[in-house]
Amino acid sequence: MTRSIGIPWPVLGTLLVALALAIIPIPEALRPARPEWLALAMIYWAMAFPSRIGILTAFAAGLLLDALLGQLLGQNAIALAVMTYIVLQIHPRLRVYPIWQQMIVVSILIGLYKLLALWPQGITGYPPGSVLYWLPIITSALVWPLVFLLLRDLRRHWLLHLT
Amino acid sequence: MPHSVTGGLAISKPLFRLGVSPTLRLLAVILLGLVLMALDHRVNELQAVRSILGTLTHPLQIAVDAPVRAASRVLDSFTSREDLITENRILRSENAQLRARQLRFEALQQENDRLRALLSTAEQAEERVQIAKLLAVDLDPFRQQIVLNKGKRDDVYVGQPVINADGVIGQVLSTRLNSSIALLVSDPAHALPVLSARTGLRGLVVGTGNPQRLEMRHVPLQEDVEPGELLLTSGLGGRFPADLPVARVVSVERLQGQPFLSIKAEPLAALDRSREVLLLWTDGITPLVDPINADAASDGNTGSQDPEPATSPDQP
Repeated sequence: MTRSIGIPWPVLGTLLVALALAIIPIPEALRPARPEWLALAMIYWAMAFPSRIGILTAFAAGLLLDALLGQLLGQNAIALAVMTYIVLQIHPRLRVYPIWQQMIVVSILIGLYKLLALWPQGITGYPPGSVLYWLPIITSALVWPLVFLLLRDLRRHWLLHLT
Repeated sequence: MPHSVTGGLAISKPLFRLGVSPTLRLLAVILLGLVLMALDHRVNELQAVRSILGTLTHPLQIAVDAPVRAASRVLDSFTSREDLITENRILRSENAQLRARQLRFEALQQENDRLRALLSTAEQAEERVQIAKLLAVDLDPFRQQIVLNKGKRDDVYVGQPVINADGVIGQVLSTRLNSSIALLVSDPAHALPVLSARTGLRGLVVGTGNPQRLEMRHVPLQEDVEPGELLLTSGLGGRFPADLPVARVVSVERLQGQPFLSIKAEPLAALDRSREVLLLWTDGITPLVDPINADAASDGNTGSQDPEPATSPDQP
């Protein structure tokens, strides 16, 4: 019974790596284009282990991201939780989609995530005010095959015994 | 419900997972998030939570920062000997000049203190300065913030002025155990009461989101402002000591139908390039206007200085 609660450590590891990728310094010009690594990792793990990785994990990870990025606490957390909820609802279909179709779904999910994260910024008075804000939708979809293949290999290697 | 979704796998799944449905969980989490955001935005009660989360994530920041720093150190070790010798010579002559100036400064300071004693006004506060390094981590790309490697442990406090050798950089926004986040003057949420070095005209310098560009707001059309003018902190906000250089005016425009001048300025400190900054401890800055201080103390906003100082010049 206790086997299916708790987050396996490779999952935790990848989430930490995703958090690190979110703050790793890159040239100023590329910064708005940075893919939403944490959201991508959450999409994959929620799809792969819907019974273990869910809304609470997403919320906690999002809160850490808020703290790391110096944003309003709860902003990314809510957005990530809602996005993960949708992944949990559609995971059986998402699993069997071909990669290109997954990329489309991922871009929609990331778009929703960015939209949800935008609202609090607008309400508190400092919206990004630039169309570049939406760039991660495209870049995240483009790196999705890479994330998917890497995490799938990781899962097959370490986590085959889990559902 | 999950049984129908996952089909045959359902047998291996524990029953108690049905206890809290994902929808309920989502609603709870959204509610919690909304409360967090409201608290974080409206009142500063969440400094503690923020500080705990920040301390938790500090190892991650260090892990990201370390390789970048190591790489730059490796690059440094490849600098040629001639370069080092030249640099050393330049630094030495600069040091000699600064020391000579410091001698004069100390004499002036003593004279100043004596004169102040004669006038029986308050003595100027003693200032303490500490160097802080920037951690090589990126923050929200649409905000102007930096992470410093000094935190609560080094007595850093919220609202503390951050400067470098050229001018004002910003102020501390939140502190953690070993690090802190500072808001740059170029952030749209940052406003700084300044005065013009030439005319003494008071105004408010607001960030634009562009690290090379600031705006001076609420200056009436008839005022005398010229490009090239130096803007200093006025000390009115009660956070920055007076007379620190902030920016130089780049352009002044009189827009049709606008009640105020459109003044663009360039910060003197290279906001997006400095790797080291100075933290300033200014014990006992006495704000000239008390209500401002009271306002700043109860201010739950992002720690920017209040616009109130700007309105004071307009008041009779």
